[in-house]
Amino acid sequence: MFELLGIPPQALFGQLLIGLINGAFYAMLSLGLAVIFGLLNIINFTHGAQYMMGAFVAWFLLNSALGLNYWWALLIAPIVVGITGIVIERLLLKRIYKLDHLYGLLLTFGLALVIEGLFRNYYGSTGLPYSIPPQLAGGHNLGFMFLPNYRAWVIVFSLAVCLGTWFVIERTSLGATLRAATENPTLVQAFGINVPRLITVTYGFGVGLAALAGVLAAPIYQVSPLMGSQIIIVVFAVVVIGGMGSIMGAIVSGFGLGVIEGLTKVFYPEASNTVIFVIMAIVLLVRPAGLFGRAR
Amino acid sequence: MRKVLLGAAAAFALTAGTAAAQGISGDVVKIGVMSDMSSLYADVGGPGSVAAAELAVKDFGGTVAGKRIEIVQADHQNKPDVGSSIVRQWIDSEGVDAVADVPTSSVALAVQQVLKDKGKVFLMSGPASSDLTGKACSPTGVHWTYDTYALAHGTGSALVKQGGDTWYFLTADYAFGHALERDTGDVVKAAGGKVLGAVRHPLNTADFSSFLLQAQASKAKVIGLANAGGDTINSIKQAAEFGIVAGGQRLAGLLVFITDVHSLGLKTANGLVITEAFYWDQNDETRAFAKKFEAVMKKKPSMVQAGVYGAVMHYLKAIDAIKTDDGKAVVDQMKKMPINDFMTKNGKVREDGRVMRDMYLFEVKKPEESKGPWDYYKQLAVIPAEEAFRPLKEGGCPFVKG
Amino acid sequence: MTNGTAKLGTWAGAALLAVAIVLPFVVYPVFVMKALCFALFACAFNLLIGYVGLLSFGHAAYFGIGSYVTAYTVKAWALPPELGILLGTAVAALLGVVFGWLAIRRSGIYFAMVTLALAQMVYFYALQSPWTGGEDGIQAVPRGHLLGIFDLNEPLVMYFFVLGIFLLGFFIIHRTIHSPFGNVLKAIRENEPRAISLGYKTDQYKLLAFVLSAALSGLAGSTKSLVFQLASLTDVYWTMSGEVVLMTLVGGLGTVFGPVVGAFIVITMENYLARYGSWVTVIQGIVFVLCVLAFRRGVVGEIIAFVQRRTVRAPGAATPAHAPGE
Repeated sequence: MFELLGIPPQALFGQLLIGLINGAFYAMLSLGLAVIFGLLNIINFTHGAQYMMGAFVAWFLLNSALGLNYWWALLIAPIVVGITGIVIERLLLKRIYKLDHLYGLLLTFGLALVIEGLFRNYYGSTGLPYSIPPQLAGGHNLGFMFLPNYRAWVIVFSLAVCLGTWFVIERTSLGATLRAATENPTLVQAFGINVPRLITVTYGFGVGLAALAGVLAAPIYQVSPLMGSQIIIVVFAVVVIGGMGSIMGAIVSGFGLGVIEGLTKVFYPEASNTVIFVIMAIVLLVRPAGLFGRAR
Repeated sequence: MRKVLLGAAAAFALTAGTAAAQGISGDVVKIGVMSDMSSLYADVGGPGSVAAAELAVKDFGGTVAGKRIEIVQADHQNKPDVGSSIVRQWIDSEGVDAVADVPTSSVALAVQQVLKDKGKVFLMSGPASSDLTGKACSPTGVHWTYDTYALAHGTGSALVKQGGDTWYFLTADYAFGHALERDTGDVVKAAGGKVLGAVRHPLNTADFSSFLLQAQASKAKVIGLANAGGDTINSIKQAAEFGIVAGGQRLAGLLVFITDVHSLGLKTANGLVITEAFYWDQNDETRAFAKKFEAVMKKKPSMVQAGVYGAVMHYLKAIDAIKTDDGKAVVDQMKKMPINDFMTKNGKVREDGRVMRDMYLFEVKKPEESKGPWDYYKQLAVIPAEEAFRPLKEGGCPFVKG
Repeated sequence: MTNGTAKLGTWAGAALLAVAIVLPFVVYPVFVMKALCFALFACAFNLLIGYVGLLSFGHAAYFGIGSYVTAYTVKAWALPPELGILLGTAVAALLGVVFGWLAIRRSGIYFAMVTLALAQMVYFYALQSPWTGGEDGIQAVPRGHLLGIFDLNEPLVMYFFVLGIFLLGFFIIHRTIHSPFGNVLKAIRENEPRAISLGYKTDQYKLLAFVLSAALSGLAGSTKSLVFQLASLTDVYWTMSGEVVLMTLVGGLGTVFGPVVGAFIVITMENYLARYGSWVTVIQGIVFVLCVLAFRRGVVGEIIAFVQRRTVRAPGAATPAHAPGE
């Protein structure tokens, strides 16, 4: 039996798979960020808070009088959080489109603080319990590792969502309109398309993706007001590495960085939170627009 | 004649001087409750600690030695610099006489330093580090509720006794986590067990699956969680998911509070072995306190919050006995008086500031054993104070003689 | 710059100095010292964003390393405070040379991200190295005697020492902005290709400004570690970088006094809101949102704009939102 750097290959397979699963979360979150940045030119710092809201909505639904389970949450949470996103866009974001990126970043950062603060005031900081749906409980022994069914579901589901989004934006006429609106909103407007509404809906969609990731995360991570702020900085790095606004870039670098982070956890666990930043610095210095980005 | 007068005046001045030094400064006893109000430990201490201190003042009667008692509060945000600057300001310009709670060891160490320099009382309930009565001890510091040494000993030796003689640690990569891992490892080895290895994870990690796989591969009988707060919750939750407990390995949460169990739910947390200083459902007295507390906070008290109540009460009793709020004098008095309250029986404050009290070993109930929310623990054992806490001589506290 | 604002600037400067001298007798000195350290930090940050147009999201690195180096050298090597501060500033400047050399190749949001990434590495280093004391930081740093004469443990002596350092830093920034060098920087901010075509090696100018900003941030951090007698991870964490952005934004980007006013407002808010516990972040968030939506020029920027509207009624005097003049 050969070993790679002291780690048996079976263990390495397991770690790679785990990395891919974490990458699925990064991919879904950075996908939403990339869609929003692509069309609105806003770096949505509220994304982490909206991810957290998704998990909380799932918790509410389960504990409300209706007792709606995980599968309902998967459908309802993105819609509910998406609507709050639309309200935010209509009330606040649309006022700052003409300004420097910096202001969008600062405004959404402020919003994130408000949302997280409010949740913390009402639900404390320790978090709330949320169980894995019974249909997905348990797991399979793959020989090289024990794979919980839920993790397998996460990876399949998020891949489907990511590729679906990519398909809609890159391969359909709706997507073509969207992309055209990013390049030249005035011209698209002249064709009789309501660009402001398109922007609003896009923001709602991006936010909905964050909430969907939140529901996916609820059964395995803590449903806590702090869950968003812990992940958002990493997801930013993922988006930047992939290339701001690039859909495919966000997906590929999301999964890729998940794997790299997973390997770091084996060989140098202390650095696993920092490795993404090292990669970000290197990528930006070598390829300024990110791996998949076009220079604007 | 003149000499006599002068002498009388001098004598008068002298007595007046000592009287002033011994009286209540500023005609008010001011206690600053500083806690993490908004982050990791806000549910363990936080607003609940403030409520506990206020309850203690109310139960004491609102005045001590004829003077008003006042509670002020602040949020240290888990940052040592924020904590130490608030405490400085409290003492320098607001006349605060004692600081209570202060979870998070790094903040507590910074606050201890300031209070030592200024000669003010520190009633620690939240912080865990045993250094606070060891090499960083202070003549005016009282470490009330628990410490890392007690947690390590309670949980560590109990599990080895039950046959868990091989350990693997999941350690938060910071000084507190390292200390917890080291202390527990020593206990395990002393009891005849073996430590197979450890993995260090960064603070505030969301996903533990990778670390858990490494722990699983180690084949250790017990996986020791030398971390806290959200990290512990996530590791327990995900350990259940990866079938680690079902696969025969045991989890040992070294710093788990009842609020964490509440957050996990019994389905995931059952079977955990936990060392705590207090559980609300131990006897009539603890239940009575919990009822009072619940009327204000709408939830059961944690051991940290209960400890704040006990510490503030004992502090006020000491002031009442000697009619001064001078820091050193009050703590010396606190060390003379035995502690007897709802959670501590025949306890005492040791020379280095450590409160000697029994600790309890609990096991988290199965869902079917629980009668409802907060009915979580069954008591496995009482750990007598002498076994639970580090012997005085081994602490390395500079002002303890011999 | 109009005559009116120039005069206003001089008067405001004189008034602020008078306030600074009286303040420690009225307000708690440590609080004012803290605010002064952060004011210097914000001014140093503003040098980059306000006058070169580069948003750094990693200034905590220089602030933090200055703080750590000073705390360590003063405590472990028993250096006198002035040497410790000098050393802290020098190390921060050195770090600024390396990071600046890497980062100035990029601009806009990419510049912000590179600086953030580099700063996170410094944070990791501070967390892992044995000499920085992990999350406990370096505690109980002695303040010592300035030049062997003045006892810095006296609050007022310490205060005027800090005030002196702040004024020195502020003066350096002021001179820089109004020198020919500063004018080139502003030219780069407004139109970099044009500055290049005029024959300026803009990269050298940007690097020099970056290093100066890093060094002064280090100076602020060094001083802070003596004031609080503590250097900790908070100083190097990314939230510290965010805080300095907030201060500068609240006060007014690209204004001389803006960062000072902003730092005082933010520090005061943190100080007096601390007792409201968990509502602090909510209030801070609302301030952020309001600033971006309604007071983009910041407190000082709005005042300048108001004075300009009053004195110059001529049309076309409106200033761009991100640079309300000096």
